[in-house]
Amino acid sequence: MGNILVFLEQADRRLRPAALSAISLSRAIHKASGGKLLFVLIGDSVGDAAKEAAQFGADGVLTVEAPALKHYLAETYAPIVARIAKEQGATTIAGCATSVGKDLLPRVAGILDAGVAPDVSGVVSAKQFRRAVNAGNALQTIEVLSDVVVVSGRQTDFPRAAASGGSSPVTAVAAGAIDAKGAEFVELQTQKRDRPDLTEARVVVSGGRGMKEGKNFAILEQLCDLLGGALGASRAACDAGMVPNDLQVGQTGKVVAPDLYIAVAISGAIQHLAGMKGSKVIVAINKDAEAPIFQVADYGLVTTWEKAIPELLAEIKKIKSAS
Amino acid sequence: MKILVTAKRIPDPTQKLKLKDNALDFSGANWQLNQFDEYSVEAALRLTEDGANTAVRHGQVTVASLGPADVATQLRSALAMGADKAIRVDAKDDELDASIVAKTLAKLVEREKPELVLMGKLAADNEGNDVGQRLAAILGWPQATFACSIQVVDGGKAVLVGREVDAGVEVKKVQLPAVVTVDLRIVSPHAVKSGRTKPEFAYAEGPRYATLKGIRAANTKPFEQLTFAQLGVTAKATTKVLKVEMPPARQAGKKVGSVAELVEKLQKEAKVI
Repeated sequence: MGNILVFLEQADRRLRPAALSAISLSRAIHKASGGKLLFVLIGDSVGDAAKEAAQFGADGVLTVEAPALKHYLAETYAPIVARIAKEQGATTIAGCATSVGKDLLPRVAGILDAGVAPDVSGVVSAKQFRRAVNAGNALQTIEVLSDVVVVSGRQTDFPRAAASGGSSPVTAVAAGAIDAKGAEFVELQTQKRDRPDLTEARVVVSGGRGMKEGKNFAILEQLCDLLGGALGASRAACDAGMVPNDLQVGQTGKVVAPDLYIAVAISGAIQHLAGMKGSKVIVAINKDAEAPIFQVADYGLVTTWEKAIPELLAEIKKIKSAS
Repeated sequence: MKILVTAKRIPDPTQKLKLKDNALDFSGANWQLNQFDEYSVEAALRLTEDGANTAVRHGQVTVASLGPADVATQLRSALAMGADKAIRVDAKDDELDASIVAKTLAKLVEREKPELVLMGKLAADNEGNDVGQRLAAILGWPQATFACSIQVVDGGKAVLVGREVDAGVEVKKVQLPAVVTVDLRIVSPHAVKSGRTKPEFAYAEGPRYATLKGIRAANTKPFEQLTFAQLGVTAKATTKVLKVEMPPARQAGKKVGSVAELVEKLQKEAKVI
């Protein structure tokens, strides 16, 4: 096998948590395949993030900087990754299956005519990977047959890598001709939140259609803040406009795997279960004793959220003040 | 606008999966159109009509699928919704991978010359989420994945696409021709702005149902059947599924009788608070 090239996401001069998951994935592949482990960072100013990336024991960190690369675009980033992979003799190209990784890596594979193992949960060997399919109801072992392997890892299945010390050499690589192929970044519509990101939180509290209205999520937010968790929601709650769409947990939306997942007034459609079944401990609070969510819950409480959540807040406050 | 929509059939996601010889057993499967592809058909129809008068189509919507003869059922359902023409490329389900599908679609694009290829962001069975991006790379076209809104701009030369990304919604403009893959919210009432439909017009949520007239018309619409050889596709698979297993079943837990009991269990038994 040849070398491994890992695409690391960065923002605001720092590595994103997804980059640390990508490093975990690449270490697992490296163990199986050997070769050089190389990181690549692309943007308009990635020097600081590259210094951070240099502490993870890679054989090299490559940076590609240009003003036109400020905003991620598959059209401009994919040819750069593909070109560097060829220049560096990389036969594995890895990244994290975020909305950027899922957009970028298959385009890189298309350019290189390589097979993709998308959204994998485990590494079997250098060319074989495990991944969840059919809304998490089956596990597939997939083999990439082409010489070049493109692979993205599911963030919740690859814990953030810890720095191993040392300092990898950082090398600037020319961006070359940048052609956006008629694509243009216009804007990102986002809401700043003080809570941890859904995909990274240790505790997630999600509300469903049974919350009835958006303003009722305020009490779930109190629970989140008490537990240091993130707020999530079912598709039904998002579709009803109760909370923004980027809070959706499920096959469409975010896949989460916190230590504690509390599902409130969520019935548990398979698409939702696909996004949270990997949680360590699942609590379901639902007034319908027959709701499918109870089939995956470690602890189920059959009651209304109106009754349960105020009591839960009070009980947890008691514990917190006692400790 | 001339649009090529891709359609994959998948087994009914609500059916229980069965295994046979380390692979999924589809012998009792109820096949249906992948939901995201059905939404692509709906989006394509909305892009080529005035919502107030859907009887007239301004442009052409072609629906294409790769698969065995049975796929005709799913293609006919797309025709019944209102698509103008269907193409089936004969293939066995288990000989296809993302690379072969993307290369075949590229040949269809050369042949049909659409201005836009609309696809579901993923197939809900294999969840690959990569054919659209691969196709865009092969064609050298721009791509807008995970679309929750599409607006035709610049007199039909470009589309403004709202993309569902991890941090919220990214707005991306792509010149046509382009590949756009759609997410669930592309079928919300105001998600598609064709420029012809009045901005205040609200579509019903979700994909449209075929009317009886639509179902009858579907039987007389052009339906082409092609082979890899006819398209000049000689690609080999780049991936292979070695085996499929059931994930370890999650044990259904216990019901607790009160909030106090729940908190005690979470603290002392699960040790998560």
